[in-house]
Amino acid sequence: MARELIKGNEAIAEAAVRAGLHAYFGYPITPQTELLEWMSRRMPELGRAFVQAESELGAINMVYGAACTGARTMTSSSGPGMSLMMEGISYIVATEVPAVLVDVMRGGPGLGNISPAQSDYNQIVHGGGHGDYNMIVLAPANVQEAIDLTVECFDLAEKYRTIAVLLLDGSLGQLMEPAELPPMMPVRETFPAWAATGAEGRKRNILTSIHLNPPDQEMTNLRLLQHWQAVEANEVRFKEYFMDDARFAVIGYGSAGRVALSAVRAARAEGIPVGLLRPISLNPFPTQVIAKLAERIDAFLVTEMSTGQMLEDVRLAVANRRPVEFYGRMGGVVPFPDEILDEIRRLSKGPLSLEGHPRNRWLARMTGAN
Amino acid sequence: MATIEPVLEEIVYSRPESLAECATHYCPGCTHGVAHRLIAEVIDEMGLREKMIGVASVGCSVFAYNYFDFDWVQAPHGRAPAMATGVKRVLPDKVVITYQGDGDMASIGMGEIVHAAARGENISVFFLNNANYGMTGGQMAPTTLPGQKTTSSPAGRDVELAGYPIRASELLSTLDGASYIVRRSMHDAKNIRLAKKAIRMAFETQIRGLGFSMVEILSICPTNWGIDPNQALTWMAEKMVPYYPLGDYKITEAVKQIRV
Repeated sequence: MARELIKGNEAIAEAAVRAGLHAYFGYPITPQTELLEWMSRRMPELGRAFVQAESELGAINMVYGAACTGARTMTSSSGPGMSLMMEGISYIVATEVPAVLVDVMRGGPGLGNISPAQSDYNQIVHGGGHGDYNMIVLAPANVQEAIDLTVECFDLAEKYRTIAVLLLDGSLGQLMEPAELPPMMPVRETFPAWAATGAEGRKRNILTSIHLNPPDQEMTNLRLLQHWQAVEANEVRFKEYFMDDARFAVIGYGSAGRVALSAVRAARAEGIPVGLLRPISLNPFPTQVIAKLAERIDAFLVTEMSTGQMLEDVRLAVANRRPVEFYGRMGGVVPFPDEILDEIRRLSKGPLSLEGHPRNRWLARMTGAN
Repeated sequence: MATIEPVLEEIVYSRPESLAECATHYCPGCTHGVAHRLIAEVIDEMGLREKMIGVASVGCSVFAYNYFDFDWVQAPHGRAPAMATGVKRVLPDKVVITYQGDGDMASIGMGEIVHAAARGENISVFFLNNANYGMTGGQMAPTTLPGQKTTSSPAGRDVELAGYPIRASELLSTLDGASYIVRRSMHDAKNIRLAKKAIRMAFETQIRGLGFSMVEILSICPTNWGIDPNQALTWMAEKMVPYYPLGDYKITEAVKQIRV
């Protein structure tokens, strides 16, 4: 299939359609609305389910219902909408039914703005809903990767019977790039044995998240965690650039990782031995990969479009064996490669310290307090 | 020589096939059990058991799925109509119902029920109105009558502070998307029979693809009302029925044509 110029949000929507999406439910919110609009045209013409819900609460619970039939189902939103979806997310994971979510992040907290940000990392990666649970979270850095990971999200959600989230920022949702869409897959005709589809010639299926007897709930918690261990063992994804001989490593995901790659290339042209680690699976996080890097890398620079949310996961992996520095832009501000290049230069010149918190040093620099 | 075996006994009343065999967790006198049975009888009579997907809600009927022998899913508080929408849109040939109380549907789930009705979602909603939050111990619900004492309106519902009850059937009947909206009551045998007929009509509406149907069923909650079941039935007939008049609030022409 030929490459075509396609917008991030629309590419994700069409990739989902071609992955055999059976039912889409959503609510308009910038900067993901093109995704909903694409679905409103494509799903009905293919005879598949589309509902513009009354709210994100409605949308996620429609997804919950469709997921209980075992059908491929998804929704998409952005920060404020994701907050409303947290209720349903907790229930879906607890019920162990598969669903795909897309979060096209914008500036926050509150209403914030509609410009790109990576402000929902903690909410999506570390759980914003109630109770003990994990979701698979994949973060693309370009339109092609967004397409490929969308398809992968459906496979992973079904393999582990949980939610897989495609997490990207508004700029990736909005930008157009040449990319190749996957071949068209039909909607599956059959439904899994565990699904609620009508008890025809079999015992009833009951899909619920309530376990009033505490030992039963504890068993559920343990089972969920065991399933998650399998995800951790098998589904860590990341990409390395210039890392073979690197003495310094930049770590950034999504658009921040992409901007950082330009900065790393420029730094290499200056002779600085720096590489980039771009986590693709944010949950499970490439903790072991970073821990291993900490054995040979002199210092790390974490760059995010937030106040340093992934930073804490990197710090846990590095465990203070090497200095970690941080550079963030937020509120809808996207860093230029030159800004990150300056940080790489600073990192390579030193001196660096294991003392204190990198966020505090960055904040002091940002606000001119030093 | 042929002998005639005398018929010593004949089973005239038994558990509907659509009801599962399990002990009730509902309080003595509660009318949930009656409502469950009516729904199960109708499903049996129409031969729908293997096509059913129920959506349970949050409240006393959170365990509704334990009592019915067909597929169920369990919705978050108030979201049953949204979840039912998801199920029905994927499986349009199956029969999808929600079973919700008044706290669930008329308070936290008001957005979901209004929009499911407005979309003309082809589902059937059984709405049990007992004028309080039963499961959490009898707090004021949107349906609690003016002056009615509950654990969160101990001096009686003060409309100056807490506003007025919501009449869900009347409200939903204003929506063009709704096809069959009626209110029935469980306070005596005659009204229970009328409730069963309405439940039948809701299913008939759905299997014909005629759109959104809801049967509101006035129910008693003797435990939280603090009176015995007989007094509760009298209270319901004398206090609730006047505030929530029984009747047909919306029946479209297409539904009127249904002959059972």
